[in-house]
Amino acid sequence: MDTNEIRAAVIATIKSIAPEVEEGELEPDQPLRDQIDLDSMDWLNVIIGFHRRLKVEIPEADYARLTTLDAIVDYLAAKLG
Amino acid sequence: MIAFKLPSLGSDMDQGKLLEWKVKPGDCVKRGDVVAIVDTSKAAVDVEIWSDGTVNELLVQPGETVPVGTVLATLFVPGETAETAVPVAPGPVTAAKPAAVPVATPATPAAAANTGAVQRRRISPAARRHAEELGVDLDAVRGTGPDSAVTLEDVELAAKAKAAPPDRALEMRRAIAAAMSRSKREIPHYYLADTIPLERATAWLAAENTERTVTERLLMAVLYLKAVALACVKYPEMNGFYRDGGFMPSAGVHVGVAISLRKGGLVAPAIHDVDRKTLAELMRDLSDLVQRARAGSLRSSEMTDPTITLTNLGDGSVESVFGVIYPPQVALVGFGRVVERAWADHGALKAMPAVTASLAADHRVSDGHRGALFMSAIRDLLQQPQQL
Repeated sequence: MDTNEIRAAVIATIKSIAPEVEEGELEPDQPLRDQIDLDSMDWLNVIIGFHRRLKVEIPEADYARLTTLDAIVDYLAAKLG
Repeated sequence: MIAFKLPSLGSDMDQGKLLEWKVKPGDCVKRGDVVAIVDTSKAAVDVEIWSDGTVNELLVQPGETVPVGTVLATLFVPGETAETAVPVAPGPVTAAKPAAVPVATPATPAAAANTGAVQRRRISPAARRHAEELGVDLDAVRGTGPDSAVTLEDVELAAKAKAAPPDRALEMRRAIAAAMSRSKREIPHYYLADTIPLERATAWLAAENTERTVTERLLMAVLYLKAVALACVKYPEMNGFYRDGGFMPSAGVHVGVAISLRKGGLVAPAIHDVDRKTLAELMRDLSDLVQRARAGSLRSSEMTDPTITLTNLGDGSVESVFGVIYPPQVALVGFGRVVERAWADHGALKAMPAVTASLAADHRVSDGHRGALFMSAIRDLLQQPQQL
C-alpha cells in the first residue's frame, strides 16, 4: 500500500466519524484535533477505524505521535512497511 | 385489554409523529420489544412496549402527529382473546383517543384523522395520478373536498410539506430551551466543585489499555460513570425523580450521558444499571449509545429512564462545567478536562493529573453537606480504579 492509499484510508476513516470534514480544508501539517471537533470517544473510534481498515494495532502510548494528518500517514506507512 | 399510549420521551416532549409500526395485529410482544418508531424533535426513537401481550388494533397511522398520552394501539393481555377481552374504555376503543388531534396541522397531514380509517376514501383520479408522480403517500393526505375527498390541491400541498421537512435543529433548540427553562424556573440548584487527583486512575488506565486490543480499550469516561453510579447507591438522594411535590429515589442507577450531536444540540440518554456493570460492559454500552445517539436512533427506555446525568463536556476543552439539571432528575455531575497541575503532597510538590468535578443538585431534595459527601465518595472511588 503506498502513501496515497494510506492517506485516502485515513481521510475516509476520519470522515466516517466526522462527516462534516472536507478534505480540502484540512491542513496536513497542523494538529488534527485543533481542526476537527473530536472528543476522546471520537478519537478512539478513529483509531479503531485505522485498525479495521488497515489491520494495524496502534498502542495507546503512540497516540501522542498521531498529531497531524501527515504524521498519521507517516506513522501508518512505517507500521505497514 | 391494554391501551398502549404514546409515552413522554423526556420532559421536553409533548407530541410525537409516528413513523413506523414494527408490529401488526396478531403479533405477540414481550415487555421491552420495540413496537413502533416515533419521531421526537431529538431523534427517531424506538418505542418499547411495557407489557407482554398480543397486538389487537393499531389506532394511529404512520405519518400522524399525536400528543403524548394518545392511545396508539390496543393489546390483549396474555390469555385474553377478542371474545374475552375487557375493553380499555367504555364504548368504541377510539373514544379513548383525544378528539381532533389538534397538533396535526396542515403542514403535517394526519392520516384520515377520525374517519375510522377503514372507510373507503374518495380520491379523484387526477389526484391519484399526481400523487403517484410526486411520490406522495395518499394514506397520509387529508382530504378537503366534498366527503373528505382528496383533491389535486391536497396532493400538491402534501408534496410541498414533504419537500420542506421540519427544521430539526430549530425544533431541538426549542425542546432544549423548554426543558432547561423549566429546570431553571422550578429547581433551586446548588453547585459544588472539587479537584480530584487522577494519578492512580490515569496510571491504572494506561496499564490496563496496553493489555487490551484497540477495540477493547477503556476511556476515563467509564471510570467516571461507574464512580458516579456507586456514589449514587450510597447517596440515594442524588438518584431519582422529583415529581408532584416529592422526591422518589430510584432503585436502579440509570446514568444519562450528555452526548453532543455533530450538527448541534444534545441528548442525554441512559445507560441502565451502571452500578452493576463492569467497566468493559460500560465501555461497550457507552460506545454503542454515542453511535446511536449521533445516528438519531435511540430506545424509549433510554430517553425516559435517566435517574441522574453525567456530562463530560470538559473532554479536551474546558476545565470545569456547571450543569443544568434535567427535570425531573435532581442532580447532574460534570467533569472537565484532565490537566496536569502542580500538586502539594506531604510537603512536596509534584506534577499531578487532575480533573475538576462539579455537582449541580436540587435543594428541594438535598443540602450542600450531603452533596459534599457524595462528591467525596466519587473522589475516593476514583482513587481505587482497580475496584471499579
